[in-house]
Amino acid sequence: MFGKKFKAKAQAEGKNIVLNAVIYFLLICIGFVYLYPFLYMIVTSLMTTEDLINPTIMWVPTKLDLSNFEMVWGVLDYPTSLLTSIIFSVICALLQTICCALMGYALARFNVPFKKLWVVLLILTFIIPADVVMIPRYILFNSFKMIGSPLAMIIPAALGQGLKSSIFVLIFMQAFSAVPKSFDEAAQLDGAGRIRVFFKIALPMAVPSIVLCIIFSLVWYWNETAQTAMLVGSDFQTLPLQLQSFDALFGASFSTSFGDASNRLNERYQFAATLLTIVPLMLFYLVMQKQFVKGIESAGITGE
Amino acid sequence: MKKAKLTLKSRDALIGTAFMLPWVIGLLAFTMFPLIYSIWLSLCQVEFSPNGIVTEFVGPKWYIEAFTADAKFITDMINTMKSIVFTMPMIIVAAIILALLLNTSIKGRAFFRVLYFFPVIIISGPVMSKLMSNQATTIIHPDQYAIYTVLENLPGVLSVPLCYIFDNIVTILWYSGVQMLIILAGLQKIGDPIYEAASIDGASSWQKFWKITLPHLRPMILVSAAYTIVDLAGMTTTPIHSLIMNNMMNTEKPYSYSSALSWLYTIAVLLLLAIVFLILKERRKERHVR
Repeated sequence: MFGKKFKAKAQAEGKNIVLNAVIYFLLICIGFVYLYPFLYMIVTSLMTTEDLINPTIMWVPTKLDLSNFEMVWGVLDYPTSLLTSIIFSVICALLQTICCALMGYALARFNVPFKKLWVVLLILTFIIPADVVMIPRYILFNSFKMIGSPLAMIIPAALGQGLKSSIFVLIFMQAFSAVPKSFDEAAQLDGAGRIRVFFKIALPMAVPSIVLCIIFSLVWYWNETAQTAMLVGSDFQTLPLQLQSFDALFGASFSTSFGDASNRLNERYQFAATLLTIVPLMLFYLVMQKQFVKGIESAGITGE
Repeated sequence: MKKAKLTLKSRDALIGTAFMLPWVIGLLAFTMFPLIYSIWLSLCQVEFSPNGIVTEFVGPKWYIEAFTADAKFITDMINTMKSIVFTMPMIIVAAIILALLLNTSIKGRAFFRVLYFFPVIIISGPVMSKLMSNQATTIIHPDQYAIYTVLENLPGVLSVPLCYIFDNIVTILWYSGVQMLIILAGLQKIGDPIYEAASIDGASSWQKFWKITLPHLRPMILVSAAYTIVDLAGMTTTPIHSLIMNNMMNTEKPYSYSSALSWLYTIAVLLLLAIVFLILKERRKERHVR
């Protein structure tokens, strides 16, 4: 359980096979708990009705059955929702990252007036539950007739009031502060202005943080449903929103033939839908996993 | 000379302000204005009219009503806060244990780290509620085992938390990904020399954990705890969130009542954060000399 301890012991005694075995055992057990819902979901979504009824079949379906996915594909309107999700979250993520980078740079490098106040407000915006600003935001956008348009989500993102924007500003503040000031001074001696220094020195030095912010912002916007459902509404359906209303959609598509199906039978469609919703994120994570994990560890949101 | 320097300084502040401008405008328009407007709404009777909404000041009526006339609010509030207060320490303990396991010098650490962080990426409200409502997250069906009945018959102080862990183990572990990485980063900052010095002084592993590791992790634990509370409080699956949303278009009291509820919720969350901060903040006396 206590890593550092074990390290020291290993050096002292040379052998710690038993301890390593215990650690592996724990890691694998916990790993199983992590994976269990996914395995269960994948297996169930591949099963046919007969397999589901059969109590002897727990993990291995008798045959591969992709019909659940075919059915759910149509109900979720998959290609359209997927494209909507991708475009929506990419736009929000990029704009949010740009705004937070600017703010982070201002706090890290400039003697702006009321600096302390901005930092306090920054933290406050992070702490306050979204519920409290939702209703006025709704009224605000409603008075501009923007409810139902993705702009109602995109504009706050572009102005740094999107999802967890404060974290990104803090990450950028940390990243820009870590760039040695002498770099700036050297460039300024060579005649570069502050804006040029930002683009030519600060930004290139902060690339890891930029990548981190874009991908996290992307994931959070992808997964967001509460605000999106309320502000952007029903014409604009991202994948998680489709999943949220899946039961209703499914009932509407197959009202007579499947209406009486018991919960246990219905569950394979639900899982197939859930799986289709998270597959893009899973692929994204597999490609970007290094940046995700490294990013958080080095981002310096760790107590400073 | 002096004059030139001054203008340079104010020019500097000006460029800095330009960098901040988008964020500050956003803050005023989408956070500060909503906050103030929401306080106003919560103190008003709101009516719809053809020209938009009409507000009439009624004082703290809705706040009083929330406590006196709305039984659902009190139970939902208590349930939400209870689940945050229960889950938060468990997530922190889970994150510490995971981080300690991953901080060992075994092979495959990177793989497990990636695996444990995975849920953070894919969890969204609908996905989680689909998994939970279809039993995918109840990994052990505890009622099948004798041990569960034993646990249930323990005195309440013990049995309630223990049963809670069993019922929510997947949720607890799934929500500890970010916290685990924060604490892991903290663990890696503690240098080997301090442990070696402790070993020379004859400290046991157990003592080292309590006297060195935990005190050094205190700031990370504080950050993780705050993050956990904010994260849990912002979840769309909390009963209080659905109550606020359901009351938003309540025809008798549109906007106003749910604004009052959301403020009460905000105050409760802020209080909880303040308590956690007071418990976990660094105490001068105990500060270690590095």
